Amino acid sequence: MPIDKFVKLESTCVPVPIENVDTDQIIPARFLKATTRDGFGDNLFADWRYDKSGNPKEDFVLNDPTYSGKILVASQNFGSGSSREHAAWAIAGYGFKAVVSSFFADIFKNNSLNNGLLPVQVSKEFLEELFQAIEKDPATKVEIDLENQKITLQPNGSSESFEINPYKKKCMLNGFDDIDYLLNISNEIATWEKANS
Amino acid sequence: MAGKTLFEKIWDKHVVTKVDGGPSVLYIDRHFVHEVTSPQAFAGLRDRGIQVRRPEKTVATADHNIPTLNQDQPIQDELSRFQVNKLALNCEEFGVPLYGLNHKWNGIVHVIGPELGITKPEMTIVCGDSHTSTHGAFGSIAFGIGTSEVEMTLATQTLLQNKPKTMRINIDGELGKGVVSKDIVLYIISLIGTGGATGYFVEFAGSAIRNLSMEARMTICNMSIEMGARGGMIAPDETTFEYVKGREFAPKGAEWDKAVEEWRQLPSDTDAEFDKELTYKASDIEPMITYGTNPGMGIGISKSIPTLEEIEKSTQATFKKSMQYMDFQPGDAMIGKKVDYVFIGSCTNGRIEDLRAFAAFVKGKKKADNVTAWIVPGSHQVEAQAEEEGIRQILEESGFEMRQPGCSACLAMNDDKIPEGNYAVSTSNRNFEGRQGPGARTMLASPLTAAATAITGKITDPRDFL
Repeated sequence: MPIDKFVKLESTCVPVPIENVDTDQIIPARFLKATTRDGFGDNLFADWRYDKSGNPKEDFVLNDPTYSGKILVASQNFGSGSSREHAAWAIAGYGFKAVVSSFFADIFKNNSLNNGLLPVQVSKEFLEELFQAIEKDPATKVEIDLENQKITLQPNGSSESFEINPYKKKCMLNGFDDIDYLLNISNEIATWEKANS
Repeated sequence: MAGKTLFEKIWDKHVVTKVDGGPSVLYIDRHFVHEVTSPQAFAGLRDRGIQVRRPEKTVATADHNIPTLNQDQPIQDELSRFQVNKLALNCEEFGVPLYGLNHKWNGIVHVIGPELGITKPEMTIVCGDSHTSTHGAFGSIAFGIGTSEVEMTLATQTLLQNKPKTMRINIDGELGKGVVSKDIVLYIISLIGTGGATGYFVEFAGSAIRNLSMEARMTICNMSIEMGARGGMIAPDETTFEYVKGREFAPKGAEWDKAVEEWRQLPSDTDAEFDKELTYKASDIEPMITYGTNPGMGIGISKSIPTLEEIEKSTQATFKKSMQYMDFQPGDAMIGKKVDYVFIGSCTNGRIEDLRAFAAFVKGKKKADNVTAWIVPGSHQVEAQAEEEGIRQILEESGFEMRQPGCSACLAMNDDKIPEGNYAVSTSNRNFEGRQGPGARTMLASPLTAAATAITGKITDPRDFL
């Protein structure tokens, strides 16, 4: 089944300048009782975003009308901890299409790619430049060009290239799904099973 | 050509094919399934109109979202009941064996796999849970996956995976008094951080590791994800074979002999090369405790929380946020801090050896009045054994109660939540904000440190009693 395609994105950004954001912060465990993929965006960063009575906390960035956009910019080691794919569903469900950080936890990265949410790994220096530019002007636009593997800070044209596995890049550009790929080689898997049983 | 590592030997044997310029198609020997990360995957199969490719290589249990009291009665929470029932319905529809609530083999997925002899050396094992790394203690490649990958495994018995880099962490020498495997792994994470092994598969080695029991080895591999590793593993040896032999699903007779012979070939070759290698001295490790909001924020129990000046500048904002959440001051000593809850359990420290160590420690002593203690066995088999060995009785005489098996307060999906603002010493694996309940403040430690703390009601060095 196809995933959302990602080719090029130009958007303002939402900054979360906190290190080691774990998946329990992205979506706390008590929200994992659902049996579908829908609705997790409402509880993205729930404990940072709402108080005990469910009212928005003014000081959290998602509740600050100054910031909006389809790109989440976070500090290093984003998505550590639990393997819950619900974290990727919550971020995508909220409306983000890409997450930028100086490094991602492994499982989170895989989960994102499997949901058409692009993790963009940049250098610490470029990340710092992004945070500063967004802080100075929240209307700052950033362009992410997957075909050319390039992220550009629109106002000054400062840019950096980013890595992505060529297979995953093809999947993201075309909306291909890993399971379809594997189902297509099921004969090869059967042959391997026979030889190794 | 250099020899092969333990990891490479197993990986290479399981590669079905490789995508050009991309990941490998890795065959999966065993897929563990639980109620929380599987419903969307089963729904995906239904949407595609396909079956589980190898249901006999799949096994399910309910553990994350179940109560630890009154398990014989219907689950009170409506959403939890629906999710646990959904697992049963999915397993029935797709022919997956299920050790559900009240089944004699039910328990935390990473406890039952090993105790039933399902987990063995030389396997590839996955589960929609990051602590799947636990099974690596047997000399297997075991790692956590997301729900799309759960669906991938159900549908094809394979996964598309990039080969991770390899790291070896050696712990040499003898552990000091009162220092156990939980302290080893918390020590490593405190040095390299929660992202210190990201991108790597870690092999734990060295004389201190070799001398550990299987259950102690599982505790270390269990928390390899907390250093960011894709997984952790330990080479199989006589300790491993001794543990697996005779268990329900272990090979028997001539098949056993053949298997052991093969498993003896698995340890990394002496000339194998790792992408990274770290070595520590066991004698440098003391009982550990965490003070912050990730497992890397840990110190020896006799030490003080770092001061702001000791923290790298770029990390200071995150450190301050963490101190604020815990309501601790930089530079504070940990010893003597008041504790409200003690939790013994989880896939990290919910096995019989953990309960034995805890019971031996508290025997003849009394639980502090200010402490609420939850002792949650990792499985029904652990619970039964604790009963048989008189552990329940010792616990009750010391003022503790043993609950029914499950993941419980480790992730607080059920009612076992630490109240807001309360402090808990926990033998689980994560001290993230809100992990044990909204506003809960967690300090990770070994079962011994938890026992000493439960007796005095404040953070206590277990060595004071030994």
